Amino acid sequence: QVIQAEQRSSKRWELTPEGKEIAQEGSHEARVFDSIPAEGLLQSELMKLPSGKVGFSKAMSNKWVRLEKNADGGPRIFRAVENVQDLVREKLQLVQQGEAESLEEKDRNELKKRKLLMEVVIKTYWIQKGSAFSTTVTKQETDLTPEMIASGSWRDLKFKAYNFEALGIMPEGGHLHPLLKVRTQFRQIFLEMGFTEMPTNNFIESSFWNFDALFQPQQHPARDQHDTFFLQDPAEATDFPMDYLKRVKKIHSQGGYGSQGGPWSSRGWSSAAPSVWDPSRGLGLTPVLPNPQEKFTPAKYFSIDRVFRNETLDATHLAEFHQIEGVVADYGLTLGDLMGTLREFFTKLGITQLRFKPAYNPYTEPSMEVFSYHQGLQKWVEVGNSGVFRPEMLLPMGLPEGVSVIAWGLSLERPTMIKYGINNIRELVGHKVNLQMVYDGPLCRLDAVPWPPPVQPVL
Amino acid sequence: MPTVSVKQELLFQALGRRYTDEEFDELCFEFGLELDEVTSEKDIISKEQGDGKAEGASDIILYKIDVPANRYDLLCLEGLVRGLQVFKERIKAPRYKRIMPANGEIQRLLITEETDQVRPHAVAAVLRNITFSKARYDSFIDLQEKLHQNICRKRTLVAIGTHDLDTISGPFTYTARPPSEIKFKPLNQDKEYTASEIMELYRTDSQLKHYLHIIENKPLYPVIYDSNGVVLSMPPIINGDHTKISLNTRNVFIECTATDITKAKIVLDTLVTMFSEYCEKQFTVEAAEVTYFNGKTCIYPELAYRREKVKPDLINKKIGISETPSSLAKLLTRMCLKSHVTGNGNNIEIEIPPTRPDIIHACDIIEDAAVAYGYNNIQMTIPKTYTIANQFPLNKLTELLRQDLAAAGFTEALTFALCSQEDIADKLGVDISATKAVHIANPKTAEFQVARTSLLPGLLKTIAANRKMPLPLKLFEISDIVIKDSSKDVGARNQRHLCAIYYNKNPGFEVIHGLLDRVMQLLAVPPNKGCGYLIKAAKDSAFFPGRCAEIFAKGQSIGKLGVLHPDVITKFELTMPCSALEINIEPFL
Repeated sequence: QVIQAEQRSSKRWELTPEGKEIAQEGSHEARVFDSIPAEGLLQSELMKLPSGKVGFSKAMSNKWVRLEKNADGGPRIFRAVENVQDLVREKLQLVQQGEAESLEEKDRNELKKRKLLMEVVIKTYWIQKGSAFSTTVTKQETDLTPEMIASGSWRDLKFKAYNFEALGIMPEGGHLHPLLKVRTQFRQIFLEMGFTEMPTNNFIESSFWNFDALFQPQQHPARDQHDTFFLQDPAEATDFPMDYLKRVKKIHSQGGYGSQGGPWSSRGWSSAAPSVWDPSRGLGLTPVLPNPQEKFTPAKYFSIDRVFRNETLDATHLAEFHQIEGVVADYGLTLGDLMGTLREFFTKLGITQLRFKPAYNPYTEPSMEVFSYHQGLQKWVEVGNSGVFRPEMLLPMGLPEGVSVIAWGLSLERPTMIKYGINNIRELVGHKVNLQMVYDGPLCRLDAVPWPPPVQPVL
Repeated sequence: MPTVSVKQELLFQALGRRYTDEEFDELCFEFGLELDEVTSEKDIISKEQGDGKAEGASDIILYKIDVPANRYDLLCLEGLVRGLQVFKERIKAPRYKRIMPANGEIQRLLITEETDQVRPHAVAAVLRNITFSKARYDSFIDLQEKLHQNICRKRTLVAIGTHDLDTISGPFTYTARPPSEIKFKPLNQDKEYTASEIMELYRTDSQLKHYLHIIENKPLYPVIYDSNGVVLSMPPIINGDHTKISLNTRNVFIECTATDITKAKIVLDTLVTMFSEYCEKQFTVEAAEVTYFNGKTCIYPELAYRREKVKPDLINKKIGISETPSSLAKLLTRMCLKSHVTGNGNNIEIEIPPTRPDIIHACDIIEDAAVAYGYNNIQMTIPKTYTIANQFPLNKLTELLRQDLAAAGFTEALTFALCSQEDIADKLGVDISATKAVHIANPKTAEFQVARTSLLPGLLKTIAANRKMPLPLKLFEISDIVIKDSSKDVGARNQRHLCAIYYNKNPGFEVIHGLLDRVMQLLAVPPNKGCGYLIKAAKDSAFFPGRCAEIFAKGQSIGKLGVLHPDVITKFELTMPCSALEINIEPFL
């Protein structure tokens, strides 16, 4: 610091030009009073005086003068009192003498309102020598250079101060997509829990695998043209596991394995229609299918991939989204096991308050929807769906009796939208993504922040 | 999931107590229902049509309750209340009985051969000496509508007709006639129309127009007559006005015509079990006889009770609890499944009432035991299943490459797997027939006509949507494309692609080329002719002539790179030069 400057300001009251005039000549009302002779004055005459208009109404309200409307020759003004005390003038004169402080605040404001008085602020600076006071000027260096280091000149140079308030320059790097960062975390969680990843790289599936094998009636609404993307080309799937298909067809129409069956009409049975993976598809079943040559071994599988539904897009719905699924197959699994597994899974997501609601899915029984308490919304929200696969689904597959398969699913988009506070799904998934949001995205640490966060979009 | 609206006041009256919204929500949750919304007619109208229209509408509080799709017995106030009261052990589940008419003269419905081609089945029953009130009547109509929308699959599988029996006389004939020969006064109309005229009349009706297609193109339309030729109904479109039921109706004739006889029986059973509550002899239903043209005769409603035996041990083991057999039987009884212990406690015998067609296997019974026990009372356990986890190799490779592509300065995009034909064909300068694209038969919009055969259009569209961002834009995506493949059972397969794009004031071929070199370095593939990789000049309509090369690696073509053709850039509504790379990564597994 070469010099030190301190700002000082002071206030003072001054008269306006009109105020000065009044201090000298008297207030308008006093001047009006003075100009009225004993026999009175015509109102029209009075109004012609320089202070007439303002002075008259003030004098009237002070009750210094009175008006006779029916006097000869028109309304006439008379003095109403003998003499008056011109307080306005006296107050202004006090201000003029520098004694403004002796006036009451109320009076000052009144005079200020009448534009007779004004407050003047005077700013001044108090200048002193600074800690680095010098009478010669030296240029400051902006930054250290290799030459300064080599020559050692840096020892004697002055360097300009950095502004630590400013932001730095963002590194030029690429960025991973927020949704796929969350996908990575879900994969990690499943792998930590010992679940093997299922191949899901076949978006096209026949109605047999999409629906029939899942004990979904052929007339089920989910199989409607309205909901599922069916294919025009290729139009037909082939090469079905015929024995298995026969068993599935039988369980649908006649029952078996201790079941009454649908019982659904198998009139016009069709398994061949291929469609793009439907959300109701549940799981990629193929890997769960037991190899008849091998003994059944307990297994845990997961998958995270796209599923498709025939919908028009809006802020919360897309025609394709990611479905997360987990499945455990073993002898003697219980409903308690399903709930315990879900508790561990959701704890890893940072979701600890869970409760379970009875629900209906065509391919699981018992079925339960998973709810979590949402701090932001102050209510329970559904976070997933789960259940135990029906024997009508498992036994035709050739799984040994006594093996239970527990499973659950949730969407990848919903927790991600909540996590990142995104209201419009189209800003997250698809080509309308907001790249700035991708650039600015934080790490995905599902359990590091309480989930769901207190502030939260409406889903 | 169907939603049932019930008046809060009527509900609490029937339940015999009041609940706060929270308490009722809790009860629903426990029972597997969801209190979706607390509203009123006024609220609904003002939400749908604006505040002005709601003037004068009722502000009686309505509960909208979501009911599981397989529980037809909970689709009306009567059923909901019965289910909840039995669940809370305030009443015992009623026993539904089919009875013969007092005078011995059973109502008969004859099915003629003509129906076989259009709607071959019918079932019928009579509710005798019923007492309607406005609320009961509304609920009766509403339940029919709910059944029509759900189990009846919008009347395609089953259509319900209810008639004032005292206005007609049996036997009734269910037949099918040419539309020109059917003439009657439809419900709530003031004159007679022929069937063809009726179809025209309802072409613009907001509700009925959805059902016309079911019979419209059939040569014969289904129709039911009484013995005097009075038309009861022309299923599945409309009833006759003559047999209309009113608040004063005492005897109701119910017919359900169907293409699926099982569903028809369920629908009839549901309707009569719910509303026989209001008959003089509560929970009794008068039988009707249906005779097919081949002489086969059936008596309806079936109201069948079925017995199942389940071992208590199995129930405990499947749920993960240890209740005594008698306590399990008690739990099941609370779910309207009357149960008792037999065989020295080794078995539970369960009676499945006609209201529960959803119970088809022991697992359904086990679920009900778990619901009555309370899901949230079950002890959570961790399965002892020991497994070694494996990643799917293709996904493992994808995950590793993604990280390093981001480290190389490219930003990840996530685009749709379905797109328009234009995106993968016209805009890239090829004909759609030249692609091996999979075509969707029923897309709602042009955005979902085909499965993508390339990731490039998605990335170009991503740039188009982000033109305001500072240049250069460097994007990548590693995801699946879909192509037809006749060697696969479904005739198509996925292929995992890596696509990257550089968009700037200069084409930046060297940037994209450098990225290829980096990817190959990451995959440990050296630049050479043998087992390494190389690029060769190639032609492709998507690329600028002379600025495109084909990429070969491990002895096979894996994709292309180059400067995009100005036409492609323009068609994707872009203005800057752009270079791109797209390869199949599956050979590197």
